[in-house]
Amino acid sequence: MAMSSKNSSNNTDKPVGVIGIGSFGTAIANILAEKSTVIVYARKQEIVDEINLQHSAEGRELHTNISATTDPQLICETCEVMFPVVSSSGFRDVMRKFAPFLHPYHILIHGTKGLVVNLPKGKTISQVDKIASDNIWTMSDVIQNETVVVRVGCLAGPNLAKELAMGQPAATVVASHFNEVILEGQRLLRSDRFQVYGNQDIRGVELSGVLKNTIAIASGALAGLGLGENARGLLISRGMVEMIHLGKALGGQTQSFIGLAGIGDLVATCSSTFSRNYTVGYRLAKGETLDQINASMEEVAEGINTVRLLQTFLQGSGMRAPITENLYKVLFEGFKVEDALHFLMKYPFNVDIDFL
Amino acid sequence: MTDDYIKHKYAPIIPEKDEWPVVKLAKSRKSFVQSVAGISKDKIISITGNNLDLLKEELETTLYREKLRIKQNPWLVDPDDEEEFWSEVRSALVQGSPDPNSTEEEKKQFYHQILTSITTRYAEEIASNFKHSHYKATRKLVTFGFSRLLNAARVKGFGSIFSKQFTLQDKIQIIGETDQLRHLASKGTIVMVPTHFSNLDSILIGWTISTLGMPPFVYGAGLNLFNIQIFAYFMNALGAYKVDRRKKNLLYLETLKTYSSEAIQFGCHSLFFPGGTRSRSGRIEDKLKLGLLSTAVEAQRANYEKGALDISGKVFIVPVTINYHFTLEAPSLIREYLSLTGQERYYKESDEFSTSYKISKFLVKFFTKGSDISVSIGSAMDVLGNYVNMDGESLDKDQRVIDTCDYFLSNGKVTVDPQREEVYTQKLGDRIAEEFHKINRIFSSHLVAFTAFEMIKKQNSKMDLFNLLRLPEEDLLLSYDDFRSGCQRVLNRIMEIRAEGKVHVAPHLKQGLDDIIAHGLENVGMYHAKRPLIKTEDNKITTQDMSLLFYYHNRLDGYELEKLFK
Repeated sequence: MAMSSKNSSNNTDKPVGVIGIGSFGTAIANILAEKSTVIVYARKQEIVDEINLQHSAEGRELHTNISATTDPQLICETCEVMFPVVSSSGFRDVMRKFAPFLHPYHILIHGTKGLVVNLPKGKTISQVDKIASDNIWTMSDVIQNETVVVRVGCLAGPNLAKELAMGQPAATVVASHFNEVILEGQRLLRSDRFQVYGNQDIRGVELSGVLKNTIAIASGALAGLGLGENARGLLISRGMVEMIHLGKALGGQTQSFIGLAGIGDLVATCSSTFSRNYTVGYRLAKGETLDQINASMEEVAEGINTVRLLQTFLQGSGMRAPITENLYKVLFEGFKVEDALHFLMKYPFNVDIDFL
Repeated sequence: MTDDYIKHKYAPIIPEKDEWPVVKLAKSRKSFVQSVAGISKDKIISITGNNLDLLKEELETTLYREKLRIKQNPWLVDPDDEEEFWSEVRSALVQGSPDPNSTEEEKKQFYHQILTSITTRYAEEIASNFKHSHYKATRKLVTFGFSRLLNAARVKGFGSIFSKQFTLQDKIQIIGETDQLRHLASKGTIVMVPTHFSNLDSILIGWTISTLGMPPFVYGAGLNLFNIQIFAYFMNALGAYKVDRRKKNLLYLETLKTYSSEAIQFGCHSLFFPGGTRSRSGRIEDKLKLGLLSTAVEAQRANYEKGALDISGKVFIVPVTINYHFTLEAPSLIREYLSLTGQERYYKESDEFSTSYKISKFLVKFFTKGSDISVSIGSAMDVLGNYVNMDGESLDKDQRVIDTCDYFLSNGKVTVDPQREEVYTQKLGDRIAEEFHKINRIFSSHLVAFTAFEMIKKQNSKMDLFNLLRLPEEDLLLSYDDFRSGCQRVLNRIMEIRAEGKVHVAPHLKQGLDDIIAHGLENVGMYHAKRPLIKTEDNKITTQDMSLLFYYHNRLDGYELEKLFK
């Protein structure tokens, strides 16, 4: 992928939109603000006021190039390129809210690592006994189904918001079917501290980001049990195999999972106490229940929803994914982490690599 | 879209033939061919990155392949001077290479000239020979001849040959969004994309277009069809341009695409069979050939670039399905499908459509025996697959009017981005395949063939397809009662899918089940020597040709009906 950006000259002064201002949204907005004017959309008036008056969002510092609004119409009319970074549970509603103001010339590059299930009207996931991969939507599917925007991309990679906020060097992948979206993402995001790669397999890159969250929970759980690096090495490599196995079934390409958004992000989240998913696993192993953990966390750990959804998918497809299945038992069926680990150690894995 | 057809007389939308885009194009044929050749040349130069070595390589490859084709696969329709032309190209390329000392500019001119001579030749080969007088004669012949045959067969008694009780519209029912199509055809440019099962389709669609009062469409017809005289006449009369599937070189393909794109920009309504060739398996196409389809996207963008932002510059995609009980070529198509599954090959000229005699015989049979055909016209879409309203405005899923031009903008300007258009073409292809399944009209024969095949498959669930097709006769029997209840289940599910708006059914599917089955058995593949499905004397259902049964069964592929038999 060529790194030069063809069309850099004439729209540098156009403001860029960021939809949602959680910790990752804040980090992205700050990176964008180094080069462009940024307009943030937030639902709550008090957060918008905080951004406009104090240049911070819930206490997280923001660049002075950033202003905010609660008006989807205003942001859609001002910005051609926007970065939706809202949690997967609220993503669809936000897109529906934006849909009347979006046009086919808009470019949306999202940074949400989650899945939603698209079910027939009036049904919830607990009411259906199986879901097929067509029913599982990534955020780019949500955008394309709820709005007229086709030029869609996603951001994925080892981008722990806290490290980005400290200005540490990092890299990301912008994935899209459209070269112009990748180039635009590179143009807007790239800096001396932030490297941007391109990938055309958007589904594979999105799935990488989504699936690694579940492995991160498992990694936190191992750490919570007081286990060391051997165990983590084992988990990361077996987790990788499981990610590829599931990812291919859901429509991704193997190559994407061994790239920055796959293995890169997996290693980062499985080792970092900054990761929400890791923290969930850690606290589970320390004996807390899921309800207790959820009650005390500021933002959702996407991995929890993903595990629930994958479990239903696995039941419907007859596929096996032992790590995910055991995580489900631990998260939702009161299984002890120790028992799950014990089960996994007995599971008859025998081939090391079977996906290349 | 309703299931029922309305017999209707449609007034021509453009009464004056001189106003027909296809007539205008025929009048300016010479300059049009030249401009196609010129634009193709520029495109090829840009594809080769303006690099002379690459261009030279493309020229040499083209020459090599053309020489090989002339030697190995000559056709009746090939022009006589072919050898000579390519020999000249060769001597130009080999001996006439420019002086090593000549300047870069001279070299460029030299190779560009060879390129121009080839694209000009190709453009000339591709261009249609539309003649209005032939068109009129063909139209008369088809309508008159066929309706005579039809009335002779259906109206009893002496003098039936002169009866006007039945017209072709009773035989070939046109259903769907005909009013929208006619209206949009008078305002913008239509690209019609039908399913393709039989060589008869081209004539059927030509007849449909003329019955709907629209001027003829231009379309790409396989050059192989011009080998058959009766077809050559029809094709020329209908404004067909020629697509030679033997030529797979870059120069030819670019010239072909340019021809199509320029014709659309010229305002000519066009027709593509997006499946490329006839469906070998009998399935409704789901993997479409995107080459020609991309020219619709390109032409739309080019119109916007030229500032034609209103409906006059808009390209509308109209999917069409053609529904039969019977495909004449089914035995050879399915044989070919089974023997090569997937690999591309040249047309074999040995199938049921290979001679004028066989075709005429079939046509007589077809019109004298009862086996109806229906043509379903789908809702018009823009080149991104959004539905459009009566005024040709694109709508999003919430019925908000959107501007198709916005898809081609970046920073507020229409930009040329071939990679972007490639993705758009894929999206459009997916949308067309989706629409095909929606507007498809299920017949009794599809129902019985599908059910019987799935039941036999279930009885032999351990076998793969090829073993299944080789089952001995005694394993192919189904009891009528089982078969009946199988049909009931499939029919129930079809009606559910229909209620969701995802398929259509023929009116004859609304009778009692036994009548439907009887109708289906009578009609499925009715003219084949070996029938795909029959009822035996001891009230059993069986097949005389399992491959044919598979072929007719495939028509209902893609609706997940096979899940009923798991």
